[in-house]
Amino acid sequence: MEALTVHEGNTAVLERANVDTDQIIPKQFLKRVERTGFGQFLFFDWRFKSDGEEDPSFELNYPSAANASILIADHNFGSGSSREHAPWALQDYGFRVIIAPSYSDIFYNNCVKNGILPVRLPEDQVYELMQNGNDKEYHLTVDLQNQQISDKDAGFQATFEIDPYWKEMLLNGWDEISITLQYEEDIEAYEKRVKV
Amino acid sequence: MKPRTIIDKIWNEHAVRAEAGKPNLMYVDLHMVHEVTSPQAFEGLRLSGRPVRRPDLTFATMDHNVPTLNRESITDAISKKQIDTLFDNCREFGVELADIHSPNNGIVHIIGPELGLTQPGKTIVCGDSHTSTHGAFGALAFGIGTSEVEHVLATQTLWQSPPKTMEVHVDGRLGTGVTAKDIILAIIAKFGVDFGSGYVLEYTGEAIRGLTMEERMTICNMSIEAGARAGLISPDQVTFDYLKDRRFVPEGAEFDEKVEQWRQLATDEGAEYDERVVIPADEIEPMVTWGTNPSQGVGIHGTVPYPEDGKSATEKKVIKTSLDYMALEPGTKITDIHVQHVFLGSCTNARIGDLREAAKIIRGNKVADGIRAMVVPGSQQVKLQAEEEGLDQVFKEAGFEWRDSGCSMCLGMNPDFVPEGERCASTSNRNFEGRQGKGARTHLVSPAMAAGAAIYGHFVDVRKLDQTVSS
Repeated sequence: MEALTVHEGNTAVLERANVDTDQIIPKQFLKRVERTGFGQFLFFDWRFKSDGEEDPSFELNYPSAANASILIADHNFGSGSSREHAPWALQDYGFRVIIAPSYSDIFYNNCVKNGILPVRLPEDQVYELMQNGNDKEYHLTVDLQNQQISDKDAGFQATFEIDPYWKEMLLNGWDEISITLQYEEDIEAYEKRVKV
Repeated sequence: MKPRTIIDKIWNEHAVRAEAGKPNLMYVDLHMVHEVTSPQAFEGLRLSGRPVRRPDLTFATMDHNVPTLNRESITDAISKKQIDTLFDNCREFGVELADIHSPNNGIVHIIGPELGLTQPGKTIVCGDSHTSTHGAFGALAFGIGTSEVEHVLATQTLWQSPPKTMEVHVDGRLGTGVTAKDIILAIIAKFGVDFGSGYVLEYTGEAIRGLTMEERMTICNMSIEAGARAGLISPDQVTFDYLKDRRFVPEGAEFDEKVEQWRQLATDEGAEYDERVVIPADEIEPMVTWGTNPSQGVGIHGTVPYPEDGKSATEKKVIKTSLDYMALEPGTKITDIHVQHVFLGSCTNARIGDLREAAKIIRGNKVADGIRAMVVPGSQQVKLQAEEEGLDQVFKEAGFEWRDSGCSMCLGMNPDFVPEGERCASTSNRNFEGRQGKGARTHLVSPAMAAGAAIYGHFVDVRKLDQTVSS
């Protein structure tokens, strides 16, 4: 997993609540047996018209969202299906950071395990970011070590909370299985104790 | 000792490591695997040269891609590759698989309980959000992503932060003809699509106690549609009676011993939850969703809302977007909504009790003109049982298609889907945009309500139906 310390990039604004993982990556693209190559299918039914052309009215296709690596969304982002193909698609498309007032629990975990930082900010701050970025290129700097988000021009500045365990994982790009296997003795002891 | 909830009890018993301020390392008792969310996990093991730590606590099936007609011959090459990959992975890593030919094949959340793999007090995970279904037995069961699937395969554990607990109390008695599906749709409609976020829910109350195991599974299944990490019900005699004599459940004296342990799991009198919500059972009616998330539902005598009914600017916008997608006018009576498809299936409502409930209404009637209606039993065992009871004949004579088991039209990964712009009364769990097919419009209902819609062509109050429709 790629480490994430300080990330600077353009934003894409998705002013929608309850965006479910069926929208992030529709089911017809879940049949691959690899982890890679899902970016082309991200938000497929919203991004493309039925003739296969990009739909200019979809937020990610706005010129202002070109090369965006930070996604700003509304409440309950990533709800529904547990498919990890959703963060795989977001990452493959180029997103490293998501900012929203709330996430579904499984989606949040799936992001962290793939080196995507899901930032929770209060609703009013998210809406301020949306306002700043919805019709023009808007760059943010996200500093995970100091848990801060700032821009250059509009004067936005915020701090965010994150579980120290997830923070360390992201900062170091650690492989979680290797960490767990250091506790092999504990796992064995547990298995002996409860006879599983 | 301080009274404890079942959630606290199961949690504490499974902590391999618990340090303050860190997620706990939790032991996993049962890991269910299916073909869509596992290939990358097995590939990860292979690349790092790791074995499956406990194949004996792992059980696999194939369900999402499986065709419900001619299941032996999969024509979609990519689907076939996913199915073949699971077969090869299970053989290589020594995991038991109920493959497409097995009489035990079926939807992962239907076969776990059916085989007695699902038991009270277990921690159960699967790369599938509807794993919450198993909570009906008093198990702590939740969906995980593919990285976590790999982690469990390699270590039989997961890092998890302790959950917050919430009691969802269904107070009083249910009205006649109101089903488990109506209870859970009413709960989500009342408290919102993410009210359970961060919580494990325990469903309590007389109305819950009165449900069969199958009905309890319907309730717990949709906990994820409220955003909850998991949902469960304390086990009781109904649970133990269901489990007796199932394949993976101990027999004789060992069973009796197990039952004694399981009884101790139920939430203690006076235990405290972090949160509590109450819904009076008698306010619940047969439910129908009108929108594109499962909280957007009303009773059968309700109407489609106006965007202005939304309590916030965001909610007003959400209602407007949903109505545009669903092509519904605000103020429309639910009973005036006509459908073109009826789907009776999914891990929510495709157990034998669900088919019986629908068959009671279907018997002697015909599917309305212009409607395509389909029954997809949740497992091959359910299918066999239904055929022994003659339910297949009831459905077929009415004009339903009678299929093999699988996830099918719940998400349309196999050839079963709803065409663009058409409307489906579905017993599944998600009415998301495009869920049943690109541009498809889904209305979530109970099996009885789906049966009623099949006969009349529009939603009807099934409590008021005569056994046979004369028209």
